[in-house]
Amino acid sequence: METLQQTDLVCYHCGEACEDVLWEDSKSFCCYGCKTVYSILHANDLCEYYTLDNAPGVKQVTDGDEGAERYRYLDAADVRKQVVEFDSADFTRVRFFIPAMHCISCIWLLENLPKLAAGVIRAEVNFARKSVCIDFNPQTITLGRVANWLYRLGYAPQINLADETEIAPQIDRSLLVKLAVAGFCFGNVMLFSFPEYLGVDTTDHGWQRIFAWLNLGLSVPVFFYSATVYFKSAFQGLKRLEISIDVPIAAGLLALFLRSSYDIITSTGAGYLDSFTGLVFFLLIGRWFQSRTFESLSFERDFKSYFPLAIYRKAGNDWEAVVIYTLRKDDVIRVRNMEIVPADSILLADEAYVDYSFVTGEARPVLVKRDDQVYAGGRLIGQPVTLRVVQATSQSHLTSLWNNEAFRKSEEQTYQKIIDRAARRFTWVVMGLAVLTGIYWYITVPEQMWLVLTSVLMVACPCALALAAPFTYGNMLRVFGRYGLYLKNADVIERMASVDTVVFDKTGTVTHGDTPEVVFHGVMTPVEYGWVKQLTGSSTHPLSVLVTASIDVDAAGVVTDFREVPGKGIEGVFGEHIVRVGSASFAGVVALSETGGSTVFVSIDGNLRGFFEAKTQVRAGIDTLLARFKNSEIALLSGDNASGEAQMRELFGPNAQLRFNQSPHDKLAFIRELQQQGKRVMMVGDGLNDSGALKQSDVGIAVTDSTGVFTPASDGILTGSQLVNLDRFMTLSRSARRVLLGAFSISFFYNAIALSFAISGHLTPLVAAILMPVSSLSVVGFSILGVRFVASRLPLSADKKHN
Amino acid sequence: MLIIALLISVSLTIAVIFLIVFLWNLRRGQYDDLYTPSVRILFDDKTKTNDHDESR
Repeated sequence: METLQQTDLVCYHCGEACEDVLWEDSKSFCCYGCKTVYSILHANDLCEYYTLDNAPGVKQVTDGDEGAERYRYLDAADVRKQVVEFDSADFTRVRFFIPAMHCISCIWLLENLPKLAAGVIRAEVNFARKSVCIDFNPQTITLGRVANWLYRLGYAPQINLADETEIAPQIDRSLLVKLAVAGFCFGNVMLFSFPEYLGVDTTDHGWQRIFAWLNLGLSVPVFFYSATVYFKSAFQGLKRLEISIDVPIAAGLLALFLRSSYDIITSTGAGYLDSFTGLVFFLLIGRWFQSRTFESLSFERDFKSYFPLAIYRKAGNDWEAVVIYTLRKDDVIRVRNMEIVPADSILLADEAYVDYSFVTGEARPVLVKRDDQVYAGGRLIGQPVTLRVVQATSQSHLTSLWNNEAFRKSEEQTYQKIIDRAARRFTWVVMGLAVLTGIYWYITVPEQMWLVLTSVLMVACPCALALAAPFTYGNMLRVFGRYGLYLKNADVIERMASVDTVVFDKTGTVTHGDTPEVVFHGVMTPVEYGWVKQLTGSSTHPLSVLVTASIDVDAAGVVTDFREVPGKGIEGVFGEHIVRVGSASFAGVVALSETGGSTVFVSIDGNLRGFFEAKTQVRAGIDTLLARFKNSEIALLSGDNASGEAQMRELFGPNAQLRFNQSPHDKLAFIRELQQQGKRVMMVGDGLNDSGALKQSDVGIAVTDSTGVFTPASDGILTGSQLVNLDRFMTLSRSARRVLLGAFSISFFYNAIALSFAISGHLTPLVAAILMPVSSLSVVGFSILGVRFVASRLPLSADKKHN
Repeated sequence: MLIIALLISVSLTIAVIFLIVFLWNLRRGQYDDLYTPSVRILFDDKTKTNDHDESR
């Protein structure tokens, strides 16, 4: 909740406006956490941090019971084993994912960790992956202490179950190796083909033969190594009786290589190996261009990434840190404020508030009493509690969603790409032409038939066609990225272009999930506000916390006779006045308009002064976004109760479907129902409760306000502030398809020219060597310029946040 | 004409050496992060305390 800025001082560390200014060395700080970081850096002579970037720090959030305790679980032997990459008696290497990393200063500070923490030998940052690799001496410093140092500097490492259970994905460098080999061979083959291009000294056949054989030798690694991806993919496609774009490519490459080999071995010609190697080189560039996407984002997260790695389990009279999947039934565990409950369990404390907003979409924290069940995935709010596990994490209520068939199908099987549809028609046309040409030449000049036939196959190789999609969509992917929409791969753009129904989740997507707007209806003096804040400030009830945050008067007054009645309210005496804050009956009034429990009444000496109303806050700009959706159907799914229906109906208009109290399974079923009606559905959601729907939908977009935090598996991740541009992104994806079709027609034009040469039997190596790069380059140029043009026409503002 | 044969073999050999060096670097992970090293080179070492060696 933003309160009024009383001052325009900004924090020297994090750059945020200060509410209560703290001073040190005549520099202003917004909070104790930021000041601490500064003190640490100042004491260690590391203030260069502040000169590299302006106010580079991350606002320090301290939540009470921290200190060295926080990461102590990392030192437990079996937890430690999960986290470290290499371990020996006096050398350990660990790699942490640090979502908060965002600028040059961050890199500098993290890499200077050895100067701060004794025992750390070396720290190396990979900025693209937002990870830091730390070598340290485990005899001098423990793993927990290393993590704690990062945390104290404001770079809390993210350690969760998924990152550690799966082996860190090895970077696939094979494509680059293939590209390098193809590029090397292409360059040298070109060099040795020059005499042929220039028609030099045709009398000296010896040299021509040597050059030709050198070319053949250089083409062998290209054929047997670099080009294998196309042969494999074409073979797999044919096995399934499908013709993909790779089929004509593979046929063309095969024809080129075999024909050239034949020409060279029988010394009947120079071969087309320059075209062959160049083709493979260009095609691989296209692949590489398309594959370079957003490295630090993960699109495949399941519930595992949401759960912490370890939890404290009772062992005798002590607590030991254990890895979550070793939890068994009847284990007793301890969960602290803001931690996730890792398994379905029974509450052993008197009561606790559990926030399920991310799991079920229910916005308000739920009160759980002793012996009630707490479901895995809920976030504890308030005092630490103990729980007894009833089911292991892998069998919990929440994870059962992942057994749904929607999570097992692969998208490639359900969607027919434009490029493959085009390729299929293309292949039939080419095969028809080849047969006709073959028949014609068989009748007229039979000895020329095979040469002409291979020529037709060679130039029919849809190289330019295959390059159009990677460059158009790959470029569009980068345009989207610049504006805060990070897509998993280029295919998503294509599916996005055909979407006609958009389904929104409510909590966290249409509304801000965790920060409701609190409004006071009634009249109170500032002194009375101070009293109320004094009372609510000492309560951990979620509504009290909200009310406290919404009052921008300082808490004041001396309270006597403080009393909190669970589930009812708080009472306190200030001098002669009895102040009661809580439910209508507690405050002593008959509620006229009790709105689903999100109101807090205030009475002073038995007189009602008014009530605080917590209203879910709709994201700015959503109304205009929804109003712009004229051609698409829109719908809303909410895991929350129907209390917000009127507000949502106003936003979505009279025709939209609004559904409340939806379980994660209901959401998935709703999407499937729409799809069975022939609709192409885009799901926009944010929580684990949307996971099923996101997976089932044609395009699933996860909304997040910070790309570092957990987002469910999806096709794309959208920055919260850019949600208002969703329709513009959809327009752009449709424009991308038009650009692609334009590129297709250019490539067909060149293919037609080349085919006319081939059919008439005039395809010389020189003609092929000119046509091939010219067609490829013009298609690539058209794609890039086309995307740039359509992107510049839309009113999008660049996303200022760092990726 | 012998000189051409010599030139070709020398140029090919050098090119192959460069290819091998590139592939070796690639495998060592030198191309995994293209951003951080470009920033790292700009950091000054002036505040460096002398009890650690940085280059390892």
